[in-house]
Amino acid sequence: MIYEEISSESRTRRTLGGAARVLLALKIDGPLVMALGLTATYGLVVLYSASAESVSMEVRTLMRLVLGTAIMLALARVSPNFLRRVSPWLYFVGIGLLLAVEVVGHVHLGAKRWLSVGPVRFQPSELMKLAVPMMCAWYLHERPLPPKWPTLLILGVIILVPVGLVAKEPDLGTAALIAAAGALVAFFAGLRVRVIVGLLLIGVVAAWFGLRFMHGYQRERLLTFLNPQSDPLGAGYHIIQSQIAIGSGGVFGKGWMAGSQAQLDFLPERTTDFVFAVIGEEFGLLGLTLLLLLYSFVIGRSLYLADQCPDTFSRLLAGSTALTFFVYVFINAGMVTGLVPVVGVPLPLVSYGGSSVVTMLAGFGILMSLHAHRKLMGS
Amino acid sequence: MSPVRIKDLWREQRIFDRRALFASAAMVLLLLALLGRLYLLQVRRHDYYSALSQENRVRTEPIPAARGLIMDRYGEVIASNQPTFQLELVPDEVPKLESSLERLAKLGLLQAEDIPDLLRTIRSRRSFDSVPIKLHLSEDQVARFAVHRYEFPGIDIKPRQARWYPDGPLAVDAIGYVGTINAQDLKHINAAAYAGTAVIGKTGVEAAYEKQLHGTNGYRQFLVDANGRPVQRPGVFAKDLETKAPVPGEDMILSLDLKVQRVAEQLLGGRPGAVVALDPWNGNIIALASSPSFDPNLFARGISEQQYRALMDDPQRPLFNRALRAQLPSGSTIKPALALGALTDGVVDPQLPVYSPWAYHLPGSRHLYHNAMHENCGSVDLAQAIIVSCDVYFYRLAHEMGIDRIGAWLPNLGFGRPTGIDIPGEQSGLSPSRAWKASHFRDPAQRVWFPGDTVILGIGQGYFLVTPLQLAHYTAILATRGLAFAPRLVTGLRDPRTGKIHWKRPRLDGDLTMISPASWKVVDDAMVGVTSNPRGTAYWQMRGSPYAIAGKTGTAQVVAENAKGAANEREYGKQKTLERLRDDAWFIAFAPAEAPRIAVAVLVEHAGWGDIAAAPIARKIMDAYLLGPNGKLLPHPGRARFSEPRDIPPRLAPGVAKPTPLQQQIAEASP
Repeated sequence: MIYEEISSESRTRRTLGGAARVLLALKIDGPLVMALGLTATYGLVVLYSASAESVSMEVRTLMRLVLGTAIMLALARVSPNFLRRVSPWLYFVGIGLLLAVEVVGHVHLGAKRWLSVGPVRFQPSELMKLAVPMMCAWYLHERPLPPKWPTLLILGVIILVPVGLVAKEPDLGTAALIAAAGALVAFFAGLRVRVIVGLLLIGVVAAWFGLRFMHGYQRERLLTFLNPQSDPLGAGYHIIQSQIAIGSGGVFGKGWMAGSQAQLDFLPERTTDFVFAVIGEEFGLLGLTLLLLLYSFVIGRSLYLADQCPDTFSRLLAGSTALTFFVYVFINAGMVTGLVPVVGVPLPLVSYGGSSVVTMLAGFGILMSLHAHRKLMGS
Repeated sequence: MSPVRIKDLWREQRIFDRRALFASAAMVLLLLALLGRLYLLQVRRHDYYSALSQENRVRTEPIPAARGLIMDRYGEVIASNQPTFQLELVPDEVPKLESSLERLAKLGLLQAEDIPDLLRTIRSRRSFDSVPIKLHLSEDQVARFAVHRYEFPGIDIKPRQARWYPDGPLAVDAIGYVGTINAQDLKHINAAAYAGTAVIGKTGVEAAYEKQLHGTNGYRQFLVDANGRPVQRPGVFAKDLETKAPVPGEDMILSLDLKVQRVAEQLLGGRPGAVVALDPWNGNIIALASSPSFDPNLFARGISEQQYRALMDDPQRPLFNRALRAQLPSGSTIKPALALGALTDGVVDPQLPVYSPWAYHLPGSRHLYHNAMHENCGSVDLAQAIIVSCDVYFYRLAHEMGIDRIGAWLPNLGFGRPTGIDIPGEQSGLSPSRAWKASHFRDPAQRVWFPGDTVILGIGQGYFLVTPLQLAHYTAILATRGLAFAPRLVTGLRDPRTGKIHWKRPRLDGDLTMISPASWKVVDDAMVGVTSNPRGTAYWQMRGSPYAIAGKTGTAQVVAENAKGAANEREYGKQKTLERLRDDAWFIAFAPAEAPRIAVAVLVEHAGWGDIAAAPIARKIMDAYLLGPNGKLLPHPGRARFSEPRDIPPRLAPGVAKPTPLQQQIAEASP
């Protein structure tokens, strides 16, 4: 009797345990993957409307998602020790590739960002989004924390060399994200608050002086140089149209495929950087809130996983990955709604195109690897 | 040497925990800021952004109404519409207006010298309306623009209906013409009602009936994408779009008989002159011509500065509507009017022959007033004086009537005031009086009315000025024995959708009942004598006509009109050879004399004698109107395609001289 009861109870347990075993075997985190999957699905629905029912765009996005998922699963199975060991190599290969872009890069839309290897075009800056935080975490891993000045100086060099190279392409958005990823590692390593505040102040003052003593056209030229796609037609056109789109969406939105701003081309870059506005127009405040909730879940879960990592390298890298994701979301949503200046940052998992989806999923793969292998790590 | 620090794993975990907590708090705050921003955009400012999004995508395009046609009494169309391509510009959507126009000029689509005017017009129109900048593009021009179209945002080719005058200059002084709407026109019209309309009536019927001809423009709303290009399939947005169909303008049915009009213009043959022919019983204008003429299509297609200057600089003044605006001395055509006045006032005994030598002088003056050819009229009564056009008789008659009676009398016959024709621009001529002279001149010495002023009035010289239209109007009054109908061109307005015609009633302006039938008979008979009596001044020109004609010649001295004083005899003889100083020839007539159907006034400027230059033209015009192909008098003055209601206008059965009850009826019917 008792035995039977136990066994009948454990059948359920066994089933659940079966699913858990699969997840465990894959080294992935169920809730996180589910949230990522929901977000990506939401993105596909929005993209279908934003791209004016382009099936080929859907298919290509789906293919990137599949590729990204594959890389995510693969990376999740890789041992964190291996990842840590390979970090400096990856970093220096990345620097080499960025220099190669400088020399033999492919120019598109006035920016030199791509390396062509046969038919495959590849952005080394995407690799650096992962390599720079890995390198920072690797570097800080063996040093006592919080970091001292010499350590910070070297950390600064580690971050600023690739950032400078990417900014020179020019690709201000990616450069900022790489810098943020590196800086977030330092942040989690316990960078002193007064240092953080000091650096921020220096940045603000430098930017203010820079803009203050430039003529309007020089300023504009500089901004155009840093980000050629941002504003080709009259200042503020993008941001005006995206605010009209979001504002006219109201609480409930105009309905799927019924957003006039998006459907009639008023909204520029509506499948890529400004896809947030399409959601706002067609699904309204509710649609955006849903999206932000999904993102919040992903970030919160990532941070939770990071916190559970036993060693410093894993924690720093995982924490940085989680917060970088937030930076993506906030900068993109902020620029589309007019809170922050327009820089080319895609909306994670929703914006069409580029290798950023793959990079992002790869980042989550690493994060899950760091978490899933925690018991094997020891110290 | 600083102490060696070792890694403290617990401390590092604590740091991470604290930082993660801090980061979470920061993220929550930033997300709240974002949500706050979304609340502001999507809830608080929702209406504002909704309106902006609507404005963004919905464009309203006017649909111009088809302009009404203009046709003659038989339905022959004289002003129609023709599909053409025109270049239109939306000021709001053109980034650099001036340079765009200059580049269009370089492409040969505009004339460089027209640009300043064009800019003025464009700026005076609403900035979001499509303004036509070049009408009537040729195929070549359409192709040339199409190649460069991408260089000209906000400028496009539009297929439109353009005004087309199939017969060119025919009857242009009656129907007028349309031209591009300019800043001046915009002061008088509602810009919204003319959105999409390129042209507006400038003169003639086109101007007078602009409101009815123009119709009501409709509009169509359509979606545009961000580049301003129309979206072909509006899909889910279709519910936001409205369309209103235009109401086409009304068709004008004119009283003109284009057959007669053509004859009149051919006979004038480009010489400066004018012809006005009326139906005396209702004021319907049968023909109205001013010569030389011009092609109204020039204006309808957008006249260039150069073409316009050429017309303006032409010494023959083709743009000058002589029929309505030329104010000239009437010459002897005034004599029947004076005769009627003198008879009515009892100044003259029509039976009493008066010896009229070759010249007349005022009592107590030695200045001589000659007969035109210094001939001696002999002893003539009133009728004979009209028949032979004896100047001396009328010098004396005018003097005996005196300026006060003449000044009061002539306006009865329509002189010195507008005839009330239904198109704009007519001059009122001048019927002088003591009061007029007193107020007109600044020099006190000239303000006094001299007896000599009255004397030359007797032969229609001096201060007395008439227009050809006034003379025709006056002839019509003579023909009806006192009925003064306002001359009119438009008899009916046809709704093009239903085909229903609204007939306009003729307007009776006056009825000269104070003139006795006996007086009428004297003057009528005398005027018939002008053409039928071998001594009559127009006998040779009117001989052999199958119907009786009542007429009067007139020869107006140009020199007397513009020389400093009275014409010096000898100089006059010399100057006569200069064409522009030669006399103006007049002829007025109505026929058939016993039951008039047509009243004509013909002016040929600087042509010499009225009988020789003007009378043959009048006769051929009357022939064209009255005679059938067999050369016999038509039983009825043609059959109009559009038959007017029976009581309007009054038609006089042949043979009935003057139906008083009918007269009564018209007078009652007229407003």
